Order: sequence, then structure tokens, then C-alpha cells
Amino acid sequence: MSSQSNRPKVVFERISKSFLKREETLQVLDDINLEVADGEFVCLLGPSGCGKSTLLNIVGGFEKADSGRVTIDGEEVTGPSSRRIFVFQEYGIFPWASVWDNVALGLRDRPESERRRLVQDTIDMVGLSGFERSYPMELSGGMKQRVEVARALAVSPDVIYMDEPFGALDSLTRLTMRSEIIRIWEQEKKTILFVTHDVDESIQLADRVVVLSSRPGRIADIVEVGMQHPRDLGSPEYGRIKNRLYELLGVNHSV
Amino acid sequence: MIPWHYILTVLAIGLFVCSGRLPARIERFILPISIGLLGLAAWQFACDFVFDEYTPTPGQTASAFLEIVGSNRLWSDSIASLYRVTWGFFLAVGLGIPLGLWVGWSARTFTALNPIIQGLRPISPIAWIPFAILWFNIGDGAGIYLIFYASFFPILVGTIAAVRNISLVHQRSARNFGLTGVELFRRVVLPAAMPQIITSLRIALGVAWLVIVAAEMVGMASGLGYLINDARNMGNRYDLVAATMLVIGGIGIVLDLLIRRLENFDEVRWGYERR
Repeated sequence: MSSQSNRPKVVFERISKSFLKREETLQVLDDINLEVADGEFVCLLGPSGCGKSTLLNIVGGFEKADSGRVTIDGEEVTGPSSRRIFVFQEYGIFPWASVWDNVALGLRDRPESERRRLVQDTIDMVGLSGFERSYPMELSGGMKQRVEVARALAVSPDVIYMDEPFGALDSLTRLTMRSEIIRIWEQEKKTILFVTHDVDESIQLADRVVVLSSRPGRIADIVEVGMQHPRDLGSPEYGRIKNRLYELLGVNHSV
Repeated sequence: MIPWHYILTVLAIGLFVCSGRLPARIERFILPISIGLLGLAAWQFACDFVFDEYTPTPGQTASAFLEIVGSNRLWSDSIASLYRVTWGFFLAVGLGIPLGLWVGWSARTFTALNPIIQGLRPISPIAWIPFAILWFNIGDGAGIYLIFYASFFPILVGTIAAVRNISLVHQRSARNFGLTGVELFRRVVLPAAMPQIITSLRIALGVAWLVIVAAEMVGMASGLGYLINDARNMGNRYDLVAATMLVIGGIGIVLDLLIRRLENFDEVRWGYERR
């Protein structure tokens, strides 16, 4: 175990990316270097348009970097893989399939009995028992996002990528979802890369917060959150980290 | 005695005015009925004051309707039309949906075929009648061919558009979970496109029903279109023409109601309710 956890799980090496927009080249990512340990919860925090989602799409295998590379367990990422599941902000679950069928999506080649057990266990874990036959349309936003998390967890991936997964939810549901994701993360010990523009969200969730500057996205700093879960949002430590993150983002939050 | 359409006019206006004060679920029925009755009265007024004596009145049309309903002719001609529409339509579904899925999904195929599809699409099926008759003679074959042609393009173009509209997150989800080949089509491409495909089927069936009547009027020896032509040719029986038109409209409504039932399945409802 110790030899494995010493080796980083995900390594970003000199990632740069630009887009061509109306004859103009927009550099969105500039020389990103980052190592993520196995089982670590890392938040990518930055203002809109800083390239944090692009970075997640690159590590997810959906987009290609112009230069540099991403390796996972030493292997270069060349495309998406069912070992590493992406949770999208705008529901990536299939509206034409029931909750059960959505969660079973990645378990197509498992034997029937194992599949049934895994699907049921995962649905129970995210708190959707009783909604197995429901369709996404009949669920609230928070429940849809639980389905998507369950779909990812069911295949027991090494890494989970989350691209502002709670961005479309109301603030109370968002808080609940955060504590749920921490509960599941502590139970399953997956490596999680989580993109957000919400400072509080990043402090509540992450072991480390990677702050990206605005375009072109560069790593401004990496802030360790050394607090135990459940985290006390009123503690001086929390306030100190929050101030540091706002400072790095270059905004004055005392409105 | 006061003529019926005067009474009907007063009654329809009364219903129209009163319906505003009724509960919404009753108003939903009463309001269109009042307009329909007003239209019926207007038809009779037009016969009194505007149209010539050949134009049938509502009463003449009703008795012509009873006349044809009692005859075998109506049934055999309706069945002839429906037979051609059914075959042509299902052939178009069977070819149009798979081809549309393929063209919509494969960028290369789309580039190769789309200009040809767009070039053939504006040619009215009616313009094909001479060739249809040349190739299939007067009979069901020509009708089926024309209906196939008429419904094929709405289905094909609708399916292509539906596939090309599949959201990026669903495509990426499919890739993330390693879906490929037949499974990709069965689990993602087809179900994602289905709501829009069903809409294209509705349009296609509507067009098919319009086209079959026209085709039968010009180039066939049976069917409801032929019945209309026949009624006019044998002594200007415009009352029979109007009655047949009512039957055509009625069957068209029933066909649309039938195909709309496809929209109620759980697997496709998401595609209609969000908009």
C-alpha cells in the first residue's frame, strides 16, 4: 500500500491548450504541472473561463492538450476509460432510461446476479432506494445528480472527475450533496478531481485546492486544507484558508 | 319557419360568449365547438348568397355522406388508400430510420450524402407520378412508391437532425462507459433521437395522407382520391366530392391520433415535456 500511495495517481506534465476563436488564438491553459495522490480529493478552483473545465476534459480524455501529457498510474491518457468516470454539470444521465438502467450502464458485462447486487447497493448508497423504476424527468435536480454519482460509483472507478456537479442545484441541496460526497469518498477512498468556482465548496471538500489564475490558466498556488471532516465552517482555520483563496483569485470578498 | 342556420348562428354565438364563464376544462370543448358550429352556419349562408348551385350545402353533403357510407365503394376505396399508405409508410420507416441514424452519426457519410438528400427532397412526390406509373403501372405499386418517396424524406431528414442534436454530455457519457457499435446505437443514439424521430413520423404520415389523395386523383383507378375524381366526372356530384373530403379528413385525424400514442412511452416523454 505505502509504495503505491507514494507514487502519484494522476500526473499533469506541462499541459498547454489554446482554442482558435474567430481567427484569434485564445490560450486557456499554460504549462500546468500537478500531481494527485491516490485517494486524494483535489479541487480545481478558478474564475469562469480560466480553463479548469478544459483541464478536466483533458484528463478525462475528451479533449487533447496542445502540448504536455497526463499520465494515470504511469500510463498516458489517450481517451476516456471506464476506469475513470466523469460526472457532468448538466446531467449526463440518460433521460430515456430508468434510474436502475442508468446506474447499470457501466455493468453490462457483469454476470446478472452481480450486476443486480451492485446496482442495488449503489442506489442504496446514494439514498435513492425506492426510485429504481423512476425516470430522471420525475426526479429533482439533486436526485438526478445522485443518479449520476451512483452511475459512476457502480463501476468502482479509480478516479472520478466532477465538473461543477452541484452547480445547477439550489444552495441547500448543494450543501447536502457535499456532505454526501464526502461520506461516500471516505467510504470508497476514490481519487476525486473536482472542478468548481465556489471557494466555500472547495474548502469544504478538498484535501488540496489548486487555484488557477484567469486566462491563460496557470496554477497560482496550491492550498492544503488540513481540516478534519466534518469541517467547522466557523473556525479560524476555515476563515484563514478562505481569505488566502480569495486573495489568490484576486477578489475582495468583504462586500 | 326560421331556417336552421339562423338558429345555429345565434346558438353558436351564445355558446361562444357563455364559454368564457365556464370552468376551463369545459371551455376547452365548448369554445372550439362554438366556432365549428359557426363555420357550419357560415357554409350554409355562403350557399344561400355566394356560391353557385353546384356547391353542395351542409345538408346535401350530409345526405351524400350517408349515401357513400352505405355503399361498398367508400370502404373499398378507403382500404385501397390506407393499404398504399401503410406499405409506403412502413417501407420509408424501415429504410429512413436506419439510414438516418447512420448518416446522422457518421460525419463522413453526412458529407457524402447530405447534398444529394437536400437535392432530391424538394422534388414533389406528385412530380414522380409519370415515372411511378411507367415503372409500376397504374395500381398499388405506383401508389406505394409515391407514398414511400413522400414519407421517406421527412423521416430521413428528421432522424439525421435528431442524431446530430444528441447532447455532448450524452455522447461523452457513452464514450466514458465504453459503449461502441450496436450497443452504442441501441442504448444511446436511437433512444436519444427517438422523440424527434417520432415527430418526423407524424409529419411523414401527414404528408403521406395528403399525397395519396393527389396521386389517386391523377394516376390511379381506386382509392379516395379516385373516388373524388370519379364523383366529379360522373355528373358533377360535388356533394359526393365534399362527403369524401370529410372522410379523408376524418381518417387523417385518426392516423395522427394513432401515431401520437407513440409519444406517451416513458422512454420518449422526456423529449416533449421539457420544451
